[in-house]
Amino acid sequence: MDVIIENLPLYWEGFLRTLFLSAVSGIIALVLGTLLAAARVSPVAALRGFSTVYVEVLRNTPLTIAFFFAAIVLPRIGVRFEQFEVAAIIALSTYTAAFIAEAVRSGVNSVPVGQAEAARSIGMKFGQVLSLIILPQALRTVIPPLINILIALVKNSSVAGAFFVLELFGYGRQLANANGDAVIAVLLGTAFFYLLLTVPLGILASTVERKVAIAR
Amino acid sequence: MSSVLYDVPGPKARRISLIGSIVGSLLILGLLAWIIMTLAQQGIFEARRWQIFTRGDVWTLLGNGLWATLSAAALAAVIAFPLGLVLCLLRIADAAAIRIPVRVLLEFLRGMPVVLMMLFVLLGFGTSPFIAVVTGLVLYNAAVFAEIIRAGVQSLPRGQREAGLAIGLTSFKSRMLIELPQAIRRMMPSLVAQMVVLLKDTSLGYIVAYGELLRAVQVMADFLGTQFLFPIFFVAAAIYIAINILVSRLAVWIERRGSKKAAGGVAKPEPEAAEAPVP
Repeated sequence: MDVIIENLPLYWEGFLRTLFLSAVSGIIALVLGTLLAAARVSPVAALRGFSTVYVEVLRNTPLTIAFFFAAIVLPRIGVRFEQFEVAAIIALSTYTAAFIAEAVRSGVNSVPVGQAEAARSIGMKFGQVLSLIILPQALRTVIPPLINILIALVKNSSVAGAFFVLELFGYGRQLANANGDAVIAVLLGTAFFYLLLTVPLGILASTVERKVAIAR
Repeated sequence: MSSVLYDVPGPKARRISLIGSIVGSLLILGLLAWIIMTLAQQGIFEARRWQIFTRGDVWTLLGNGLWATLSAAALAAVIAFPLGLVLCLLRIADAAAIRIPVRVLLEFLRGMPVVLMMLFVLLGFGTSPFIAVVTGLVLYNAAVFAEIIRAGVQSLPRGQREAGLAIGLTSFKSRMLIELPQAIRRMMPSLVAQMVVLLKDTSLGYIVAYGELLRAVQVMADFLGTQFLFPIFFVAAAIYIAINILVSRLAVWIERRGSKKAAGGVAKPEPEAAEAPVP
């Protein structure tokens, strides 16, 4: 217990960096994922194909491979970063975007066909149908799955700790190596800070799910 | 579905769409060409860098890594599924004294990064990396399996359990003989999707120094020289992704097969959004 209290500043720093990585990657992934989902249902065949391939490949790539590519392979082939946070954000956001695209697409499919037909019958174009009618309704139904993806993102950001970014897991590992006699306490402390983020998000997801279920 | 979002294209729209397709393809091809050019400038495509794949020992090492990945995944899946079943039974037990602690335990396991659990087992109990990887995967995935099966049980009509109890089955027998078989069948797509996640997560073994595929890449790059990093990484990543895509296809096939049966009135499929897999 003393180890945790002594190193509370380190934990806090790691916690903030985990929060930062998750927030930035989450925002980029949400934007990228929604664009990919829109491309997936668009009339332009090339965009559909690109989006399908992207989602299929990234969804089946282990996250560690994505990190390895961004943090170790990219610098070797001439892409240099000032900080490894950039590599972590690239890996996390491109990986998560594929899952968000799938969730949003299944949300688009869950909107009743009549909505799109009605919108088209009053003369809306594809972009209008999608942005004014379909996506607002789709996002509503996909909010619980999206929150679950963001929870997974928070947990996945721990992989960054193994690729030269000192976030919660990185500090946890460092402290565990430095305090060989108190490994279990150190790692339980790390787990506590992760739960501090994931448990409230999980409660939020199930609350939203219940609210949406009643409204339908 | 997509055709509902826009009218059947006329000649003008078809032309615009064609132009869009061509421009889009050109942009994507341009991007690819730029990447390949950049790589070529680094000398990635020199034949000597790829000649290492003519050496048998490179393939032996890759094969060993692949074997380590698959065996850890298989062992973890075989243990995690029954454990998840047991946890699910405890989670929906009638006695609150069992239900509530198990619920807390499941929340705890699901809320933690898998890699943290692996490190916990590795350092906390001083086990070998193999046991650490398998234990981490088992703990996390058993919790997820338990939640998936629970969702399946709760999606059944209440009459199923009531009928079971009415014909004199005990609560446990009703679960085992009536509810679980239907629940597992109904959640099959989610369960297989979670198997893919489990397989992907074995790559986290790289972080706890388990000799899986990615670790084999690292070892070879250190041993043979970093100029071979890209070719070896490329081949290993391709193997990993190909296996995962195969298993994912299996999940889609099972889902199709299941929904065909469901059309006969056996069980109605779950809404798609509920089954969207989580990374």
